[in-house]
Amino acid sequence: MKNPVLEINDLRASFNIKGNYYAAVDGVSLTVHENEVVAIVGESGCGKSALANSIMGLHNLKNTKLEGEINFGNQNLLELPLAKFNKIRGKDIAMIFQDPMTALNPLATIGRQIEEPMDYHLKLSASEKKNRTLELLRRVGIKNEQRVYEQYPHELSGGMRQRVVIAIALSCDPVVLLADEPTTALDVTIQAQIMDLMKELQNQTKTGIILITHDLGVVAEMADRVVVMYAGEIVEMADVKDLFENPLHPYTRSLLNSIPANFEGKEKLHVIDGIVPSLQNLDRTGCRFAPRIAWIPEEDHEERPEMHEAEPNHFVRCSCYKTFYFPEDRVGENEYVATES
Amino acid sequence: MSLLKVNDLKIHYPIRGGFFRRVVDHVKAVDGISFELQPGETYGLVGESGCGKTTSGRAIIGLNNVTSGELLFEGKDLAKMGRMERRKHTKDIQMIFQDPYSSLNVRKNVLNIIAEPLRNFERLSPKEELLRVQELVARVGLSPESIYKYPHQFSGGQRQRIGIARALALKPKLIIADEPVSALDVSVQAQVLNFMQEIQEDFGLTYLFISHDLGIIQHMCDRIGIMYRGRFVEEGTASEIYNNPQHLYTKRLIAAIPELDPEKRFEKMHLRQSINQEYQNDYNNYFDKDGRMYDLKRISESHSVAMQ
Repeated sequence: MKNPVLEINDLRASFNIKGNYYAAVDGVSLTVHENEVVAIVGESGCGKSALANSIMGLHNLKNTKLEGEINFGNQNLLELPLAKFNKIRGKDIAMIFQDPMTALNPLATIGRQIEEPMDYHLKLSASEKKNRTLELLRRVGIKNEQRVYEQYPHELSGGMRQRVVIAIALSCDPVVLLADEPTTALDVTIQAQIMDLMKELQNQTKTGIILITHDLGVVAEMADRVVVMYAGEIVEMADVKDLFENPLHPYTRSLLNSIPANFEGKEKLHVIDGIVPSLQNLDRTGCRFAPRIAWIPEEDHEERPEMHEAEPNHFVRCSCYKTFYFPEDRVGENEYVATES
Repeated sequence: MSLLKVNDLKIHYPIRGGFFRRVVDHVKAVDGISFELQPGETYGLVGESGCGKTTSGRAIIGLNNVTSGELLFEGKDLAKMGRMERRKHTKDIQMIFQDPYSSLNVRKNVLNIIAEPLRNFERLSPKEELLRVQELVARVGLSPESIYKYPHQFSGGQRQRIGIARALALKPKLIIADEPVSALDVSVQAQVLNFMQEIQEDFGLTYLFISHDLGIIQHMCDRIGIMYRGRFVEEGTASEIYNNPQHLYTKRLIAAIPELDPEKRFEKMHLRQSINQEYQNDYNNYFDKDGRMYDLKRISESHSVAMQ
């Protein structure tokens, strides 16, 4: 087994809405090992970005309550004083942001922006810094690095800017890298390039990557392990092959069935009934996905859904996965008619 | 007869500079594209950002000025009509916009949003109008009481359905859908796409479906046109484009679709690398001496490729 680099234990991140705290991340436990890509998938509002922001300490603590543990090395990041935390973030834990158009400072040259974290975290001479920066630019696949070093963000295309954002994240050799929707804002061909680049970079280093995305295609291409989140909880966790070959949780199966690329021709896509509940309206007792698969009888769910190891290293929440089926698969069969009436 | 025939459409924007800000050059956003929409079909316009697909869509509905070319809608050229004359025909062409968060007026309730096109084109009494809106709201699957609600009270998918109800209000023949689901989550995407197929059958609609997402295009479209730098690269039926792509740019786009089978990820990565290499080496072979993509050449009944 590889060494764990980041351990999240029963993390709960709650936001203050009109005086009450509502948990957007609700008891998430997760371990990232070195040289591993863990993908966190889910739709908007499932808490995946709130989780990333908790790790990076980006929440406004005036209206956010964080409980649980985020263990990095032998320190709990949530209890660390800010001065010490600042020594870690940007250096050992770095982040790639979603939108390269807004993540860069329009007033600073690319070189200066890549050197900025080095100024803070590493003691390097000016020439060492410059060499390191040029080396980084080459590594992220920018060929005319001398020129780009002097350029400003507006002179670069979206794909080039995302490469720069990745170079900034890699500038101090991070141990853990958080990538929050790193390809969502990019064109398909550029997305493919950035995915391939991240795979290559990952082979060269021991960095553990947390990849946050809503795109199951990106997950299939990049992840080693997948964590599926719904309404603040992890509902399924498995190796990437297992998850795509044998998805268990009803939510995972529904998601996979609603991707057009999974289909040929003009069949109907699967639609998940209802909507994602908002933080205030979420029923926190019982299976959170139950209202959206109302044709599954109540007794098939657990009262307090727990994670089960259904197969070795394949975890799934609640027992409803055992009897779950898609109603459209059973149209005309007696069983479906029986549950309808 | 085709419902819409676009003939050598060009949309150029002037670049001004120098003395007296004279026109020094043109940006050729759309540079001579031609295609036809048959009644009842879904035509996909695909390409990366900046390829001119949205500009073309907006020109058809009259939101952009046309530099030259013909837009024959039911045989009549929209591009040459004056404003007032054009208005009579634009009723039959409606648009679904990309972002349901910014395409609905936040200060209007659903009744006023959906009734706006009716008020522009039809004289209805308030009672008739209410009835029509209620019908539409029911058709797009929203609850009847939602007509007095405001856009912020709805989720993204519901908002997009309000946008669709507005587009349907005048019973159009052609709907231009510009990235109608790219701002939505996958499961909501599925909902809106299914719904668009349903109303296509019910209302006998023709879609011009603009998107950068090749998975969605494959699912939705009968015929597809691939655009690059304001020109068509390849045109054909969905199966021709996906199973037998001819142009290297098309191959590159299709190779960029993420592979959903984790076992094949390295295969796909190598495929992409070799196509990219080929693309870079042969890049110049795909343009004529003026740096323009070649005209489309027919290689079968329905399949055309931009080649020498």
